[in-house]
Amino acid sequence: MKEKNQSSRRRWVAGISAGTMVGTLGIGVMAPAASAQAPGVTATSITIGATVPLTGPAAPGYDEIAPAMDAVFNWVNDHGGVYGRKIKYIYLDDQYNPAETATLTRKLVLQDDIFADVGSLGTPTQAAVQAFLNSEQVPQLFIESGCNCWSNPKYPDSFGWQPPYTVEGKILGAYIASHFGGEKVGYLTQDDEFGQDFVKGLNMELAKPTVVSQQTYDAATLSGPLSNQVAALKAAGAQVVAMATIPAATALTMLPAASIGYFPQYVISNVGADSPTVGPLLEAYTKASHGTATQVKAAAALLNGVITDAYEPPESQVSNPWVKVETKLLKDYAPALYAKTGLDGNTEYGVALAYTFVQALQAAGKNLTRAGLISAIEKSGKSFVTPGFVPLSYSSTVHYGFQGAEVVKLTTTAPPSVTPTGSWLGGVNLTRVEVTNVGSGPVTTYTGDIALPPSSLVSTS
Amino acid sequence: MAPADVARYQVSPETGKPLRPRPWWGRARFPRQPLARHLVLALLGAVVLYFVTSALSPYNNVLVGEIALYLIALAGLSLLTGTTGQISLGQGAFMAVGAYTVALLMTHTHMNFVLELLAAIGAAATLGLLVGISATRLKGPYLAGATLLLALALPPIADKWSTTFGGDQGLTTIVPTAPGGINPEEWLAWIELAGALITLVLLANLLTSRFGRSFRAVRDNEVAASLSGVHVARTKVTAFAVSAGCAGLAGAFLGLSTGVVSTGEFPLTLSIELLAAMVLAGAGSLFGMWWGAILLVYVPQWSTSVSGDFGLGAGTSAYLATIIFGVVLIVVMIAAPSGIQGGLRWLWEHVSKQWSISRDERAAPRHATHFPPSAADHQPNLVHDPLNE
Repeated sequence: MKEKNQSSRRRWVAGISAGTMVGTLGIGVMAPAASAQAPGVTATSITIGATVPLTGPAAPGYDEIAPAMDAVFNWVNDHGGVYGRKIKYIYLDDQYNPAETATLTRKLVLQDDIFADVGSLGTPTQAAVQAFLNSEQVPQLFIESGCNCWSNPKYPDSFGWQPPYTVEGKILGAYIASHFGGEKVGYLTQDDEFGQDFVKGLNMELAKPTVVSQQTYDAATLSGPLSNQVAALKAAGAQVVAMATIPAATALTMLPAASIGYFPQYVISNVGADSPTVGPLLEAYTKASHGTATQVKAAAALLNGVITDAYEPPESQVSNPWVKVETKLLKDYAPALYAKTGLDGNTEYGVALAYTFVQALQAAGKNLTRAGLISAIEKSGKSFVTPGFVPLSYSSTVHYGFQGAEVVKLTTTAPPSVTPTGSWLGGVNLTRVEVTNVGSGPVTTYTGDIALPPSSLVSTS
Repeated sequence: MAPADVARYQVSPETGKPLRPRPWWGRARFPRQPLARHLVLALLGAVVLYFVTSALSPYNNVLVGEIALYLIALAGLSLLTGTTGQISLGQGAFMAVGAYTVALLMTHTHMNFVLELLAAIGAAATLGLLVGISATRLKGPYLAGATLLLALALPPIADKWSTTFGGDQGLTTIVPTAPGGINPEEWLAWIELAGALITLVLLANLLTSRFGRSFRAVRDNEVAASLSGVHVARTKVTAFAVSAGCAGLAGAFLGLSTGVVSTGEFPLTLSIELLAAMVLAGAGSLFGMWWGAILLVYVPQWSTSVSGDFGLGAGTSAYLATIIFGVVLIVVMIAAPSGIQGGLRWLWEHVSKQWSISRDERAAPRHATHFPPSAADHQPNLVHDPLNE
């Protein structure tokens, strides 16, 4: 049984791309020259690093992404690595504090000699090290943030991955305009590029007079219910509340709103509406404020009816081939993590992002250099196979990742997301996949193909 | 002066020469005048640090730079809390003021770098002056509460006017380019170390002056101090302003080290960590603040590598630094209530006493140290030297 498993996994790897296989077979014959190696790269290993919040206010949910990425790297390493090189992933806790990020990133680059910074999280945190990483010519890849700032000719080594917040704002804004026309809209956004870019997108689609209140909160000092903001939204009579919030802030908005009997239509950007992440937070916060068992149970139900967007298949769609593959991978290569969180929005995100990076390494070829990696992503990024609904949009001028998403509603009628922490609301899509860009381009329906995992990948699960 | 020390300066009644043979370095004496003494120490320190930074890797230079900047903030806090007896949880907020001042000047003007740093000190000291004026009416936990409020209230101000202060995103800072060939990390470490040494010299001098005596008088007994002619309120405000000025410089350096100044860099925990590190190092001492700064910077480093060696999960290692810091604080407070520097001083005094007694007994009969009694025996120790405190 075990052997069968082994061989099927091997086929899985073969399925990623023919290139890997050639590379893997080739290592015995032609070991890369020991001399002209890029920093962090040896004949047998590639060291990469990241800074992510593992403690502090931004940690809940986000602390799952890096371990999920590590699962993918372990899977790759188990099958010989990329061109014979095993991936070593060092991720450090920056507590979402830019000062920590700055120190730790210098440690990764100057001390640990990383080849690239991959999958670091946060807008203020990564903005703090963007200049440093680019001056050291360290690729800053697939930053876990949808800030518009990652595609900047001044910083050629930086790449975003998830849809820019402006793209999300435009897609959700267009949906509000066409389905809630005439209703009063309020904004509640994080007071940084995350919120500002999202608002930029919303404003492109919504008529000004319909927006009655714009509230913000500070992620660094987020520690209690956002009661003031909620009261202001209610006072302004907002019927639709569009939010760019981290999961904790989503929960800290819905709870005080419910406690004053305010139930607007929430429209929340992707990161803040992952029900297996936000649901447990709603319950935990209610429990922490001495809620009764019924109140705790009712708290997670607040998510019912929330509108959000998705750029990869929701984890509740257990029959989706990507979801199957991702679940199996986590189960096998990060069993402790899987036992804790299952496949939720964050672990799925980590798996998909790491999978993208592995393909970038393959595209960069055997003679791995930093410049080679950058040009490989620019050249062949569009053809990477990912769970995203739309292809990545990398080119020599565009360093954004996905620029399309579908609008989704969390509802009790959809099949739920079942994770070790419980059963959480699943989503149904309200629109087809829509694409747009950060500029003035219109929101249009995506007509291209949606990538499926390679057949060999599917056969393993 | 301990009796054993007196023996060193005993003069032979017959020859008029010192009882102790003159050491090989002859008449060269460590200067006794405070400014000269502190300058010589600082220069020696600078020479040592030059060689240390040259030998270190770029990353360790980043850490040395951070030690220097925390040292500045801690020295200010030590003066305020240890010497003057006022507790402050707002040191992080004053650092933020200094950091934003430098970042704003760098964004909008092209001022001389040193002037920008001086402006940061000035801005923080001015705020410290204002806070200090109101703080003179408060004591103990009430003062801690008021300064805590400052640490909590300042970051939201930067968020409120995010177009000016850059919000969470912050403002970028630029370190002046290093003169040819010097690597940028080393260069920044030098700038920060220079700042730290200058701060230490100035503070050490301040503490040996009339102000230093007023500070201690106010700390020990406000009524007695005012009866002796010390203006208690003015003294407290001065201490607050000086301490805030130090924090301003430290904040400016923090902004330079990270390359960006944003609200997330100055959480409440920063102020609390500074206070804990200051107590741990030895409240009231200046030189001892090195220990506090080293712990602040290196404990997270050590804990990361320790947890790596023991294969602890990332979640555990994230809390390990806090645990280690807490344990060290408890152990030090039990073993040496006056902090690390206090403990070391006690140890040194003990060892040197034993050493000099045994040596002096060989050099001269024991009774000579007591008979005839020297005037120095009864000299009150008026010159208070904070470097040796």
